[in-house]
This record gives sequence, structure tokens and C-alpha cells, in this order.
Amino acid sequence: MTFTLQNVALPNGERTNIVITENSISSIGKNVAGEIVDCTDLLVLPGLVDLHTHLREPGKEDSETVLSGSQSAVIGGFTAVSAMANTSPVADTAGVVEQVFRLGKEAGLCAVYPVGAVTVGLAGERLAELGAMADSAAHVRVFSDDGKCVSDPLVMRRALEYVKSFGGVIAQHAQDPRLTEHAQMNEGEVSSRLGLSGWPAVAEEAIIARDILLADHVKSRLHICHLTTKGGVELVRWAKSQGINVSAEVTPHHLLLTDDLVESYDPVYKVNPPLRTSQDVMALRAGLADGTIDIVATDHAPHPAEEKECEWSAASFGMLGLETALSVVAKTMVNEGLMNWEDVARVMSINPARIGGYARQGQEIALGAPANLTVIHPTQQWSVNKEKLASKSRNTPFHGQTLPVKVAHTIYEGVIVVKDGELTGNKYE
Amino acid sequence: MKNQLLSINDLTLEDVIGILDTATALEQITNGPTKKLPTLRGRTVVNLFFEDSTRTRISFETAAKRLSADVINFSAKGSSVSKGESLKDTAQTLQAMGADAVVIRHGASGAAQRLADSGWINATVINAGDGTHEHPTQALLDAYTIAKSFPEHSRDFTSLKIAIVGDILHSRVARSNVLLLSKLGAKVTLIAPPTLLPVGVEKWPVTISYDLDAELESFDVVMMLRIQLERMNNFYFPSEREYARRYGLNEARLRCMKKTSIVMHPGPMNRGLEISAASADSSRSVIIDQVGNGVVTRMAVLYLLLGGASLSEVLS
Repeated sequence: MTFTLQNVALPNGERTNIVITENSISSIGKNVAGEIVDCTDLLVLPGLVDLHTHLREPGKEDSETVLSGSQSAVIGGFTAVSAMANTSPVADTAGVVEQVFRLGKEAGLCAVYPVGAVTVGLAGERLAELGAMADSAAHVRVFSDDGKCVSDPLVMRRALEYVKSFGGVIAQHAQDPRLTEHAQMNEGEVSSRLGLSGWPAVAEEAIIARDILLADHVKSRLHICHLTTKGGVELVRWAKSQGINVSAEVTPHHLLLTDDLVESYDPVYKVNPPLRTSQDVMALRAGLADGTIDIVATDHAPHPAEEKECEWSAASFGMLGLETALSVVAKTMVNEGLMNWEDVARVMSINPARIGGYARQGQEIALGAPANLTVIHPTQQWSVNKEKLASKSRNTPFHGQTLPVKVAHTIYEGVIVVKDGELTGNKYE
Repeated sequence: MKNQLLSINDLTLEDVIGILDTATALEQITNGPTKKLPTLRGRTVVNLFFEDSTRTRISFETAAKRLSADVINFSAKGSSVSKGESLKDTAQTLQAMGADAVVIRHGASGAAQRLADSGWINATVINAGDGTHEHPTQALLDAYTIAKSFPEHSRDFTSLKIAIVGDILHSRVARSNVLLLSKLGAKVTLIAPPTLLPVGVEKWPVTISYDLDAELESFDVVMMLRIQLERMNNFYFPSEREYARRYGLNEARLRCMKKTSIVMHPGPMNRGLEISAASADSSRSVIIDQVGNGVVTRMAVLYLLLGGASLSEVLS
């Protein structure tokens, strides 16, 4: 199939026509061919890439499936997601990662890259068969026990060393388990008043500091998941200044929301790592703008209603993110003058694809590049309605909020999977 | 006044004074020949207790019965439903039974607010202790007790210095008392080992001290908090003996206190740990008064929240 995105703005603002033939860009410039899609008010980004997504399948299909998660992803402008390993069974074998990979292919809406577990059953004790997962059809390169921290320093050291043989990366969920036993929210003034057990910043920062030193020592590649604290940003900044091979991510919600929201005791604000203070939020925004933080990743974490319709301490941790991520980044970074659209392309597509080693994703928009593209309406606002999300779950903290930027069209491997903000029913076979 | 009591923050100073005045009037009435008033006849008060607390439940039950309300005790502890759904399902069950007020005790901080804000229930919600968050009626009965002990300052505590001693970190009693006593103007000092003070406490309207002896002679009220022995397992303090030595109210310390001062404790006490038997039973101790005052204070809260027949009518 051939079609033309006519008069579309590139991330740098220049307007052009982009002709897409089969699954790649066949012309950029004045030419038009095939069906014309008028993009006069629209801007094109390389398809967004999420390095941190919970698709819940296998095992928790009541909250999300690979299909519903893929639908949610493309509605949010993502052409690739990374399915975290904390499923049931855990994605700690070639068999499970291949199953998730195959489900992603069957859904056909976006690329689904399984993340492999670092340790068997996420237990933090024995290395999972990382090599088998790397060699499998799923071609796993990102390994994470996300949800749990690889807290044993020796296990972490060995994992970092081992993945060097196939160019893998360990994505660490930095949370010292002893310092966060029963922890419910950021430890500080708000937790002191609410009587909720505190989750100190140091529990995150101590692991980040340790792992940076380990990565340096064994000369391997470390990725820090969902950074949330000012101190964590400082540590990563220092590591990069020393030439240590570390990358870091921040979630959209940690760029916007703060711990005083917990005063409502509404578990929709319960998330791991927890919402922090406005000082931390400002440090995260500055770190993302100056490149200390490489990427935005959603940590999309669907939960069924009953896991949030309860008292705070009984509720599950996690928030939806795929369908609001771009809008929240626009609100907190673009509209605040901290980043332009080229920067957004860098932190939401190019860098995450590079860290994950996703060859057909996150390419500059150029002749011959894969046709994985997101076309957005940069000046249109929309109101988040949790009942209308494509995700199976409803646990968005942004319900009722008006956010900037709407995703218009999502193009995956040359197929228009979302048009005018709606699923088209088309898929890539 | 709001139609719920989840936190001391729900009350204005006028509300607090209204409750203290109502409790005073109710105490006079119930000291008369008929203890029972008809004001809440036909109303249903449910005591919804997810945590064991015989004292608080009996206190609320007595208060509601003296106002002629129907009382249902619902103990959810020990039932197979221990997680969130049970709070929602239980709430909807009580709603269907026509509860007018739900007095809730729950181990999770914020559970009372969750019940009130969730839309599961229309009844008036009264927090009888939620996790380590608040226990507003305990603070009200403590304020009532202090007011009775210092009649010249009964509605204005500006000249009173009050120490709260012990496990502030895990204490809902401390949180509610800090809010209420400072609202009434008192100068509150929290005394505890640093491990038992929450991070962020420096933002509270209080003075912090690690030393019980430093200014002991200056306090008008010394409120001792219960120490839970399992805290030792998390290294909050090295041993019972060391805790008692450094933070226990023993006889030597009792002698240092002002002649006019009072000793309080929300109960149940660990005699010999945070308070010695001699201190607990001394003439300065108002610990038993606190229990009696709990009933009239809770009567006042129920009366004001459920808007029963006017007191002047009852009095005439």
C-alpha cells in the first residue's frame, strides 16, 4: 500500500510530504503518491518507543493482554513497547519470552519486545537463562526484574558481566528492599502527617550509586528504570561525567505528580516508585532536558478495579501510562519551554530504541527509513476519560484532566493502525 | 460542622469548643438520675471494627446507647475477607441495612476517609482510629480531660505546656492530639528517641526533644504513649530496659514534675515500660478520668453529627 502524509511538519518544524510505500518511507519532499492524508495541522515524530510496559499476559489477562496493551500503545502513539517480565509465569525462560513475542506479532499493531527476567522467578537469587532468551526468536536484549530490585550486589555484578557477551543491558528497579519494607509513599512531610510508612529517597539512590560503581567496575551497560529523586539525577549526572555506561528513564507521572496527592488516600496515586516532592519533579525535568535522563518510559501498569477500590495499604502499586504519556511530556516539557519536538523524538523514540537495540524503531525520518511514525496534533487539547481508554484497566491518575497534544495517526510498518485517534482495525501481518 | 469526623482537620476551633461544651452539658445530664437520653431514638449506629479494640468499641457503644440509638457491632477481624473488597462490600452491606452512622476502626491509614469519600455509603463516618494516621475522638476526650483539669483555661490552652512522650511515629493518638491541642493554643513538645519520630516531623507545629528530663518540670500535662514491644524487632530501640530508663515515666521523674501537672495515657498501658505503676496510680494521674470522659465526648460527637433533638429540649 502507498499513501502520502501531505504537508506534515517534521520535528524541526519544516513542512513536507512523506510518501510511504509498503513498510518504508519512499519519498520525502514534493512528491505525492497513493492515498493522500492531509496533515496540514499535524506534526510527525518517529514512532514512539516505550522501554517499560506491563502487558500482564500471560497470567493477569483481566487487567491487560498483549492485544489490549498494543491497542493502548498505538492510541498513545507508540509503535513499539517492551513487555516487562513480571508476568505469571515470569518471563524468565525462552519459552515465555517467545510466547509474548508471538502474541505481539499476532496482535500486529506495534512491535512487542519482551524483556527477560534477570533472576529466576524474580527472586533475586539465581540468574535466569539470559543467553537462551537472547538467542530465542524474541531476541531479548533488555533484562529486568522490574517490580523487584536485584538487591544482592553479587547477583547484580554477575548479571552485568554476563550480558556483555550478547550486548545486553540490565534495567534495574532501584529499591533497597530493607529500607522499603511495608513502604507506602514517599517518606517526608506528607507521609509524616498521613501516617503512611515512608519510602525514603535514599532507598532508591543507594542502589543507583552501587550499580553505577558495579557497571563501571565490570565495564557493562546499566539502565536505571524510573528515576524519581533529585539525588538520583545527581548520581546519574556524575556517572555520565565519568564516562560510565549508564542510561536512565523517567516516567510521565513522575514529571507531573507529587506526593501531596496522596492526601486523598485514593490508591490511583499509589505507584512504585512513589510520587515524590515538587523539588524532585523539577530536578527530573531539568535532568531530562539536559540529557542526564535519556528517555521517558511509561511504566504502564494496569490493574483491575478491585485492586484500587480499597484502602490505600491494600491497593496495588501502578498507574496506566501509554495513552497519556506524550501529552504529559508535552505539558511538562514542551509547553514549559524545556524541550522542542526534536527533543521529544529523541527521548521518546530514538534513545529508547537505541538502548533496547530495536533496529527498526527510533530512526530519523528519512528516505528508506522504516515507516514507524506517529502523527500528532500539537495544538489540540483533550480531556482524559478513563472509561474511554483502550486499555482494559481504568487506573489512570489523569482522569478528568485536560491535556495538550492529541495523537492523530499511528503508522506501524507502513500500516495506518490509528487514524484520527481511532483504531482502524488494520494490522501488520 | 462537617457531617463526618475523619481527622481533627475536619473541625474548626468553634466546632471543637462546641463539642467540649456539649460534652460538658451531657456529663451534667448523665450524672443525674436518668443516664439515658432519647435524642437519637430510631437512629442506627454501626461500630465497624476491623481491628480489635474493646475499649474504644465499648466507649462508642455506651455513648450511642445513652443517646438511645440502636447499636450494631460489626467485627470484621478474623473473617475471611481481609483485603480491600471487604471494606467496599461491608460498606455497601451497611448502607443497605440503613446505618445512619458508621464508627470505623481500621488498621490502614486513610481507611475512614476512603469509606467516606468513595461513594459506597451515605452514612456519617466517624474515625475511631485508622492505622497510624488519626484517632480524633481520643484527642477530643484528651482535650476534654485537660480542660476539666485546668478549669481556668478550659477553652484556651495558650498558657499550657504539653509533652507527648513515646512512639510518635506509629501513634494515631499523637497525630490527632498535635492537631487538636495546637488548635486550642497549647505549646506541644514531642519527646521520643529519634527513631520513633517521623521524618518530616520538623514541619509539625511542635517542639521536638530527645530528652525527657530536660524540661520535665515545665510541663502542665505529660501524655505517655504505649510502646509496642514488636517495635524492638525493627531496631527502634535496643531493649525494653533501656527504653524504660530513658523514656519511661518513673517515680523520680514524677517527683520532678510541677505540683499542678497531670499524667495522661490513652491506654492500654505497659506498666513498668513507658509508665511505672506508681506514676499510673498517682494522684496526678487522670488516666481513669480519660476513660469516663471518652463516653461523654463521644456522646457529644454522635449527638452533633447526627443532629438529634436539641439539647435545650432535652434539658427542659
